Parts: sequence; structure tokens; C-alpha cells
Amino acid sequence: MYQEAKALIRANIRDYGMYIALFVIILTFTIMTDGLFISSRNISNLLDSAGYIAVLAVAMTLIIVIRHIDLSVGYVAGFLGAIAAILLTQAGVSVYISIPIILILGIVVGLFNGLLVAQVGIPSFVATLAGMLIFRGALLQVTEKTGTIIIQNDAFNAIGNGYIPSMFEVNGLHFLSLLVGLIGILLYIYSEITNRRNKLNYQFDVLSKPMFILKLAFVSIIIAYITWILAGYNGFSWTVIVMLAVVFVYHFLTTKTVLGRHIYAVGSNPEAAHLSGINVKKITYIVFGSMGMMAALSGILFTARLQSATTTAGTLFELDAIAAAYVGGVSAAGGVGKVTGAIIGAIVMASLSSGMNLLGVGISYQYMIRGGVLAGAVIFDVMTRKSK
Amino acid sequence: MSEYILEMNGITKEFTGVKALSNVNFKVNKGEIHCLIGENGAGKSTLMKVLSGVHPYGTYEGDIVFEDEIQQFHKISDSVKTGIVIIYQELALFPDLSVYENIFAGNEVKQGGVINWNQTIVESKKLLEKVKLDVAPDTLVKDLSVGKRQLIEIAKALSKDVKLLILDEPTAALNEDDSENLLRLLKELKHQGITCIMISHKLKEVISIADKSTVLRDGQTICTLEAAKGEITENFIIKNMVGREIEDIYPKRNKKEKGTPILELKNWSAFDPQLGRDVVKNINLHVKKGEIVGIAGLMGSGRTELALSIFGNAKSYKIQGQMYLNGEPQKFKHTSDAIQAGIAYVTEDRKGDGLFLLQDIKSNISAANLKGIAQKGVINENEEIKVADSYKKSLHIKASSLEQFAGNLSGGNQQKVSLGKWLFVAPKLLILDEPTRGIDVGAKFEIYTVMNKLIEEGLSIIMISSELGEVLGMSDRVYVMAQTELKGELSIEEANQENIMQLATQ
Repeated sequence: MYQEAKALIRANIRDYGMYIALFVIILTFTIMTDGLFISSRNISNLLDSAGYIAVLAVAMTLIIVIRHIDLSVGYVAGFLGAIAAILLTQAGVSVYISIPIILILGIVVGLFNGLLVAQVGIPSFVATLAGMLIFRGALLQVTEKTGTIIIQNDAFNAIGNGYIPSMFEVNGLHFLSLLVGLIGILLYIYSEITNRRNKLNYQFDVLSKPMFILKLAFVSIIIAYITWILAGYNGFSWTVIVMLAVVFVYHFLTTKTVLGRHIYAVGSNPEAAHLSGINVKKITYIVFGSMGMMAALSGILFTARLQSATTTAGTLFELDAIAAAYVGGVSAAGGVGKVTGAIIGAIVMASLSSGMNLLGVGISYQYMIRGGVLAGAVIFDVMTRKSK
Repeated sequence: MSEYILEMNGITKEFTGVKALSNVNFKVNKGEIHCLIGENGAGKSTLMKVLSGVHPYGTYEGDIVFEDEIQQFHKISDSVKTGIVIIYQELALFPDLSVYENIFAGNEVKQGGVINWNQTIVESKKLLEKVKLDVAPDTLVKDLSVGKRQLIEIAKALSKDVKLLILDEPTAALNEDDSENLLRLLKELKHQGITCIMISHKLKEVISIADKSTVLRDGQTICTLEAAKGEITENFIIKNMVGREIEDIYPKRNKKEKGTPILELKNWSAFDPQLGRDVVKNINLHVKKGEIVGIAGLMGSGRTELALSIFGNAKSYKIQGQMYLNGEPQKFKHTSDAIQAGIAYVTEDRKGDGLFLLQDIKSNISAANLKGIAQKGVINENEEIKVADSYKKSLHIKASSLEQFAGNLSGGNQQKVSLGKWLFVAPKLLILDEPTRGIDVGAKFEIYTVMNKLIEEGLSIIMISSELGEVLGMSDRVYVMAQTELKGELSIEEANQENIMQLATQ
């Protein structure tokens, strides 16, 4: 079993690298802050602050996978957040109508970028750089007269600040959150077992039984531990739930569906994809459309978190998202990169900020260290790829 | 002084436990043309990489003796300094730079760090004359044909005072005219005292040009044949290459009565808006059920363009004329329509637009028919492994596992993966564009065998090929293309090398 574990780790070192890095970062900060870093309150805040970048990073990963880039998403998020604020306050539209409208507007913006890139053939860097300038202007335009728009809609603000209801407390822990964690563990175990059974039905090799049980136990304990930490404060925030839902949907789409395969095929070799009957333009539209929708979602999360729309919302979101995607292992050469990696990348970057803030590290050093981590992640990626 | 300009003695080179070369001895006389032959994976390229310093001194065992001195090349520039220049199959030219800039790239004519462009142009003209290439030195390389680019590479080598020129499959991408031109040039260089090592899969060339040939098999030297002793013959080479005699590299199949036409083209023309000209003009042809139709012609005659225009108009040409599939008029908007209708196209450039090199074998095989392994858009990965494994077995794909990247396979195995991908869409008409380019005799034979089996099963095949032997050996009927038009149709009984070449050069 020791041998098997060793072989497993060696074969997947690239995939595990990020998780190990995240673990090391958490451990280091926990020790340096005497446990303050791993406290329920800090972890909860950390995840909430990662949310609006994480959803961007997930969609950005797919953009980079198909060999493009989207620089416009930061100000698109800022602009659409402002539009949401205007709808909710000045127009008095209900929150349940405003959110779908904003998401659809996001898709429209994304599809327009897709049109420029796929149909007109403009390099995505230039097309979305233009979009970045345009939406920066648009954000200023809509917030110019009023300045910051304060939102007093509790339902909307809960998306960025609220937590799922507790129902009741168990020993001071958040009951519904414990339940969500438990359901998560059961779903995970169920899907792994079905997966294993299917493989056995095909008479394929599977992990040995003790190794399999060890793996199940390991992942379950991690989920349980995170749930326990969060349940000790206010439980799962709505932001975390949104983030988990986005990752779940994108992970499923990219790994299990024909659409996902087509996206990676286009990224891996567009000419070969075209000759394999894959509609490259359609895929480009879909990926940019999804990016636009996630930009809208990011705008909603950020605006709700601040409970207001500001004139500078969205500044540098796009670069934070790109950094998170690269820390998460996406390759600029196309065709390689996972959405689970992007979310870990976003959490790594948020952990660095949070940890360094707790330690009182100056902002100048924070930027340098985050830059170093980004470079280090890409170096690790390049080195491990060479050896394969 | 020894009679040899180059001696490689007892060369052994290992890659993580696999012996690529094992105690290879290779000796080249001064002023001869020495061909290095062997199947793909026999170790030819590795041997040349050891010689040129790509695999630096210390990573291999054995000695390299060049001009009576033991050489220790640590990098490529070391070997270039001693006068050994290698020209790879994938040419290393800058398409957007001019001819003269390319010739002196990395070897600039300079005075105190400043390039003397006038002198560069003068020198380039001299070199172009030497290689008998009549182009202006300021022409951009991207505007030259592959054949001419090859000559630029040679001019580049000559600019470095080359003593030993190594060419890795120089004629693989050339048509017959350009090939002959190149071989003639090599003979001339030989008279000027330049020694030449040529790796080639084309046995006819070897026979016509080689003074000596060394055969490698499985990383070992098998023998060195001498033309002077009459040892360089096709049968003898093949026997030594594969270690067995192949009586006929083109396997026989039962010639049956052919069925009804499955594909018909009438007055078919394709206009390329990017080039601003017709790439296929006024074609009338048909393909019957259960036959292999060979399309011969020189490179650039419009064969690939014809295939692409049939295969769902993959390059968005403006099409005129009619296409009938099983008698029904058809118009394809996208490659997916063509696949749906039962047409498959195996590209000539498997690395460029055929395979997903950074994806594994199973993803490559399933890429064109994901629907076949999915339900409601969700992929059954186990089914995918099963399908891929069945093709791995039936096509004899040699790989460590189905998870191996396509980019890490040898040429022959890559071609089999390409073929497997298209067989999985269960086509009725299979278009093979240069199905055996750059792959060894053994893999060729296997691919021909698969083609015959498919014909027995009732498929139809259009085979585009520059190798006349292959066209004559495999086709039931031959069309010849030249300058975007169909110049003639020959039954296999009347077709021979001469009349095909005559039509192709019209």
C-alpha cells in the first residue's frame, strides 16, 4: 500500500502540487499567527473575500485554455455591479428580477467579445483591452452624478455578507452548515463508489481497497474539518455556497461532458478540432459568454459585499483572476488547465493577503510576495511538465 | 591520415533505461554520400543528435572521431565550428525574414558587432548561385516553395564552411522534380569535396545517390552496404531494415466487382478568398463503393484542397458545382456535416492539424465522435477507454498506455491513432491524405493491410499520395491532378509511372 501511495503521488504530483502549496501556506500562517489564521472567523472572511475573484478565475481558466484572454472582465464586473445598484435603488426593481437581468447582460457582453474574437478575428488581447477602457468609462458615467450608490436591500446584500440560516445550534455549532457538509461528504463517497463500481464492471484497474478507503477517509475528513471550522462562526456564507455551486457546475461541464471535451480540443489544437467536426467559433462564443456571465456574478458578489456600487469597483479584478488561474495550473499554450485549480489558485492568493494582513506585513511587501508566488507557481508548472 | 572523415565508435545512448543506441559503429569516408537508413525508431535521428551535440558529450558512451581527432561536443555550436552542419526535416527558417537574412542568421557578416548588410547580400548571391537557386536575395522565405526553402537551408550550411553535411529526410516534403534537383545538387557538392550523410525513407533515392548505406535496426548497426559492390538494392535494403524479406509491400486484396457510385463531383470548383484564386477547378470525378481511388499529382496541384473542399468545405472556399452522395445532392456547411454524412478525412499533416499532441491517445481517438461514447452530452469515460483499447489492439498501436500523450508516439503510431480516430466515426468514404508519409516500412504495410480490410467491409477510400509506388500498388483507379485541375483518369491496368508523371507535369 505504501508503494501504491508513492506511485500515486508521483504520477499526480502536478495535480497535487497546488494543494500541497496551499497546505504549506495555511500551516505557515497558522504557526506564525499562533492559530489566529485558522480561526473560524478568519477562514470565513478569507473565503468570502476570495469569492468574487474565484468565480472570475474559473471562467478565465477556460478562456486561457482556448488560447485567449479577457481583460475587460474587471470593469464589466464593476459596471454591471453599478447597474445592479441602480436597478435596486433608483428603478426599484425586485432583487429576484435584477440578478437574472445582470447575469443576462453579462452574457451579452461576453458574446460581444466572442463576436469580435471569433467572427471578426481581432486578437482577444486587443478586443478586450478596448472593452476594458469602454466599461471603465461606462462605470464612471453611471456613477458620476451620484458617486457611490448605497444599497439598502437586505436580500441583495446577504449575497456578499450573509450566511445560510442556522435553524438551530448544536453545541454552539451552526446546524444547517453541518448538514450541508454531511451531505457533501455523502455525495462524494457515493460518486466515488459508483465510479469504482463502473470501472470494475468494465474490468479496468482500480485502486486497491485499503487505498480507496484511505482516499475516501482523507477527503471526507478535509470536508468535515472545513465544515467544522465554518460552523463554529456563522456557518456557510452565501458567497461560499455560490462559489461551490459555480465550481461544481464548471467542473462537471469541463470533465464529464462533450462540451467540455470540445473546449479542451479547441485549446489543444484549433485546426485539428475544426477538422474533427468541432465548431470552433461556437466554442469561442460559449467560453466568452460564460466569462461574461461570471463577470456579472463577480460584480454582484462584490457590490453586495460592499453594500454599494463605487466608481472604482472592479479595478484590477481581471489581473487577479488571471494570476489565480495561472497559480491554479492553466497553461498559456492552450488546452491545459482545470477549474478546480483556478479555485485553489484564488484561495492561495486570498490566503496570502489574509495571512500577511494578520502579520501586519506592509502592502509594498505583500505585492512583491504575491508576485513571487505567481512566478514560483508557473516555474513549478513548467518544470514538472518537462519531466513528463 | 585515416581514410575516414568521421568515425563513430561504440556509441551507446540510453533514455531513462531504454537503450536507443547500443554500441553503434558508423564510419564515413571523405567526400562520399552516405545514406543512413532504418525503420522509424531505429535510432537514426538519435545517432545524428549525438553527432551534432544535441545530446552533449558525457550523456553517451563511445567516441566521435572527426578528421582524426576525438571530438567532445557540448552544444550544437561546437559541432558547427568543426564543420558539421545538420539540416532537420522541419526546416528552421524564419518565414517573415528575407532569403539573405535567413542564410546568415546566427552567422552574421559583421564588423565590430555591426552587421554589414551589403556584404551579406553579395555573399548570399554567391551562395544562391552555388545551390542553383534563382531567387532575389530579398525575397521573403514564406513566399518560396518547400523545395526552394530546402535549398536555402543548404546555402545556410555552406555559409558556415561545412565539411560534413547531414540531411534528415530532405525530400520527405518535396515533389519529384524538387527531389531530383536536390539530389543533383548533393552530387555536385560531393565533387566539391563536401561529405554528406542523408537519412532517407525513400529507397529509390538511396539507390540512385548513395556511395554507401548503413542500416540501423533497433539501435544497432546491421551492416554497411557499398554501391561499388552492387549491394545497394531495394530488396537487400528492406531485408536488412526489417530483418525479414517483404515480398510485396503492397498486400493483395480480392478484386471485386465495384458497386454504385458513392460520391460524385460535377464541375466542382473551389475559390480561396484568401489567396484570391481557384484552388480546385472544374473537377468531375466519382468514387464507387468498395474501391480505392488514388489521386496522384505533385505537391501544390490542388489534391489536399480538393479533399478539404469535399470534407465539409473545411477551409471556407467559395464552392461551385455539385456534389452527390449516393445519388443525392449534398451541400456541407461545416466539417461536422461531412462527418455526419459518413465522410472522414485523415490529414497529411498529423502533427499540425491531425492530432491533439498534448492529449492522450484515448482522447484523440474519441475526438471526432464524442457522441458515440456519450449520453445526453455526458461522457462515459469507461466506454471511451474500451473503444480506444480496441483500436489500440486492432491497429497495433505501440504505446505504454492509453494515457500516453499522442505527441510522444513515433510517426507510425501517430498515424495509426489518426486512423483509429476516423474509423471510430464509422465512415462510408475515407479520404486518406498521404497516409504513409514519414513512416517506416513495417507501419506502412500495416496501414495498407487495414485499408484492404476496410475495402472488404464495403468502405470506399480516396487516397492522395505523392508516392507513385503506393498509388500503383494500392489503387483500383487513378486520377491525376496538376495545376488545380484533373488532368486524367487511368485504370490501374493502364497506369504506370511514366503516364502518371506525364499527366502530372502537364
